[in-house]
Formats: sequence, structure tokens, C-alpha cells
Amino acid sequence: MSAIDINALNVWFGEGDDRNHAVKNVSLKIAKGESFGLVGESGSGKSTVLRTLVGLVDDWDGRMEVDGKVLGRKRDGAFYKTVQMVFQDPYASLHPRMTVDQVLSEVLKLHGFKDVNDRVNRLLEQVGLGGGFRFRYPHQLSGGQRQRVAIARALAPEPRILLLDEPTSALDVSVQAEILNLLTDLRAEFGLTYLMVSHDLGVIGHMCERIAVMQFGEIVEELDVENMRKLSATHAYTKHLLESSLGSVR
Amino acid sequence: MSHLLDVENLWVKFPTRNGVFDAVRGISFSLGRERLGIVGESGSGKSMTGRAVLQLIRKPGRVEADRMEMNGTDLLGASDKAMRKIRGRHISMIMQDPKYSLNPVMTVGQQIIEALRTHEKVSQAEARKRALEMLDAVAIRDPERVMGLYPHEVSGGMGQRIMIAMMLIPNPEILIADEPTSALDVSVQLQVLEIMDKLVKDRGMGLIFISHDLNLVSKFCDRVVIMYAGRIVEVCEASKLHEAKHPYTQGLLNSVPDLVHPRPRLEVLTRDPAWREAPSVSALL
Repeated sequence: MSAIDINALNVWFGEGDDRNHAVKNVSLKIAKGESFGLVGESGSGKSTVLRTLVGLVDDWDGRMEVDGKVLGRKRDGAFYKTVQMVFQDPYASLHPRMTVDQVLSEVLKLHGFKDVNDRVNRLLEQVGLGGGFRFRYPHQLSGGQRQRVAIARALAPEPRILLLDEPTSALDVSVQAEILNLLTDLRAEFGLTYLMVSHDLGVIGHMCERIAVMQFGEIVEELDVENMRKLSATHAYTKHLLESSLGSVR
Repeated sequence: MSHLLDVENLWVKFPTRNGVFDAVRGISFSLGRERLGIVGESGSGKSMTGRAVLQLIRKPGRVEADRMEMNGTDLLGASDKAMRKIRGRHISMIMQDPKYSLNPVMTVGQQIIEALRTHEKVSQAEARKRALEMLDAVAIRDPERVMGLYPHEVSGGMGQRIMIAMMLIPNPEILIADEPTSALDVSVQLQVLEIMDKLVKDRGMGLIFISHDLNLVSKFCDRVVIMYAGRIVEVCEASKLHEAKHPYTQGLLNSVPDLVHPRPRLEVLTRDPAWREAPSVSALL
């Protein structure tokens, strides 16, 4: 049984003449414990796939399964106990008037945990922040620290699948390294499944075992990371993408 | 004076409730007819350096320096009026995001023509002709059509090429590019940089390239200045960047994930408080 199984997913935005076919016939299978990367330039529909999966987009058809359960129009609490998402911009994804403690306890209470106090402390430990950050507001944290809070929030319901939407693109390379190491450690510790979106092939190559390349809403190629390193892509767009990112990678 | 730009002991200060915050702390550098890269993390003062040269630091921020000269002309004491003549005509700046730096209510053509006619006395027809040539030079297909478009009708990569066209049309001697491609997709980044690089070379301009991407800078520059906490920690030839000695530079280089040479863990910078206090390295020629 796959962790995530998406079959012939189509997503539209807008209505009438403006109806835009954003994701076209996308199929993906991600095994348990695997780390899978979605690559493509802006507007290729890669983030939309993630957003549709967690129920942030209404206008879709196709079949999506998570842990063997078929997803309907509405997601229930059990779904969000399995799947959590980390967003791109840690400056926009944390409530500016809630402390770290409030952000984390809210999620824990929603999921019916009783030992909220201990769990908040443990979550902060796990993402390498420590108790000193518990009563701070987002504006008192740096970008990297905020992204750690966002990861702690995603880990709170003890999910098995994390959806990562460009988790480091708003951060400096040095901070990016810390966050990527943290994600690697957490995956090893909890046996998580990752579905990660990024436009940075260096990051994807570091984190993922398999990747799918998207262009204009379609998956044009799927390949594993060894073939990606050998630059043995078949599709012209993938080749172009690999070549241009070699330019920025040593 | 053979240097395009000489800056000695530059400070950028912002008074705050808790005392004065120094964003740039006494750096010196000069720019010849070369491509100079300034690299650092966010908050290292690299953008402030670029802005200080053009006197674009807003009050209550202050710029102080022992000397700041362009081709022998003093920039420190220049009046607002004199600075307006220098900006664009002699020193141009390309900002990070074309979405915010183009005027949303003017067509692309109007903006480029305005940039030219502010600095040169040319007829409307002549200006239009040169604007079309310039758009062609930045590899925009069908410049006639693009001239009539508004900024929201063009893509990010196209917007940044339009920005380059606009900045280069008055033929400045110095171009400051502040993260010119960070808002763009990888696949268009290189294209935009190559266009900028070619134009700068052909016109014999001096380029200050501000970026957080070490590898990109090492490809597109001759000399690289590495900034940390408002000071220059190291200056080196771009081609010898990988032999850099300062632990901060090495740390930055090692923290980049590499597609071709995978590592199980990325190196994490351990910051030495001494880096902050170490005197600034001079990048004067």
C-alpha cells in the first residue's frame, strides 16, 4: 500500500471562459517512508498538487488515496493526523499575534491531546529550539527559527506524511542547510514520508530518492536521483532544467 | 583616476531606540572596469552598500565615509539635484523584483523612453527607435508589441530584461545589480544573467553584482567581496573562490546542497563571534 496514490488528477481555477486547467492528468505513487520531489518552474502546478491533496482547492477530479483511504471532498480530523503541510514562507504562515506556545497548543488541543504542556516542550526540543522560544512571538524570531516553528506545528499531530512546499526557498543557504539537516533527521527518527516541492534541483537531489518534473500542469518525466545525477534525462525540458541548475551548483 | 568608483571607510547607520545600529561598518572598496561581486547572508549589509553609493538610504539612516568618489567626482557632498543627474546617467541600479520596481500604470515603452529622455535630449521618434533597439538587445522577441504592454502583462524574466534595458539605455558607466535574478526561475536566471553580462562587457561598464549565491557570483564576476555583519571578511579572485581561506566563506560554500556530489549531511556554519569584531578587509584596487 502506498502512502500517497494520486491517479489522473485534474485541477481547475476560475470559472467560465477564465477557467484555467492548472493540473492535467497527474498520477503519482509514493511508497511509505519514501521522499519524493516535485520539480518545475513557477506556474507549473507543483504546489497546486500539494494544496489539492490537503483540501485547499475545491475544483478537482480524479482519485486520491492516502494510506489506502480514498479522499472525498471534505477532509476529516483523521486525515490531518496523517498528513501535514509546511508552507514556503515562514513570514506569512505563522499568526503574528500568537506566541509559539499558542500556535503549537492550538494544534495539539484540536487533535485531542491531553498532555499539551509536555508535548509543546518536546516538539520545541525536536526542532532544535528549546524552551526559551516558547513564549515568543513570530516577529521575535529569525526566518530559520520561524520555519522550525512551522515544522514543529506540522509535527504536532504526529503525522506520517509531510508535504513540504519550498520549505527553504525564503532562507539563506547557511540556514537552509540547518533546516534540511533537521528534516533529514526527523524523517529518520519518525519514519516519515515526504512529498517535497522545490525549484532548486540541488535541494531536491539532496533530500529525495525520486523526482517528477512538471511543466504546464503535466508531469513530463519521472526519474530517480541517480539518473538525475548522471543527467540522463530523456525529456528536453528536464535536460534544460538540469543543465541550468548545474550552473548554480558547483 | 583610473577607477570608476572609490569608497573608503563607508558606514551606514540607523538610529534606533536602543542606540545606533550600524548596518555597514567601515568598508573600503573600489571598482575598476570589472565585475565585482558582493556576497553575504541577509542582514550582512550588502544591499545597504549598493544603496549607499547611490545615496538611496532613507532618513533617519545616515551614510558616512572618508571618501566616496565616482571617476573623481565626490558623491558624499553631492546635492540632491546633482545626485539625480548621476543616478541613471552614470550609475544605474537593477533591483531584485521586477514586479515592484516597474511602474504598474505606464507601458513598458513609455518607461524606457522616459529613462532615456530624462538624461539625453532626443526626439520622441529617436527615443522610440533606440528603445526598440535596446529591447532587441536584451533578447525580447517582437519588441514592437512589448513596448505597448503594461508590466503585469509580462512574465518575471521578461520584466527583469525590460528593467535591464531601461537601466542601460542612458549608457551608464556603473551598473549595480542587487539580486537581479533571485525572484526568477532557475531556467530563466542564467539567460537573464548572460544578457546582462554581455551588455556590461560590450559597453566596458563596471558591474557591482550583489547576491547571496556564491556559485552564481563566482561564475559572473572577476572579483568577489564576502561580507559578514557589515564588514568585509575576505576579498578574492572569483576563479579562486574555492580556495577561499576564511571559515565563513568556506562554511557558506559547504552548506550548498550539491546535485552531482551528494553528501548525507550538509555542513552547518558555526559562527565565531570573532568574525564580527575582526577589522574589515580592504577591497581597494
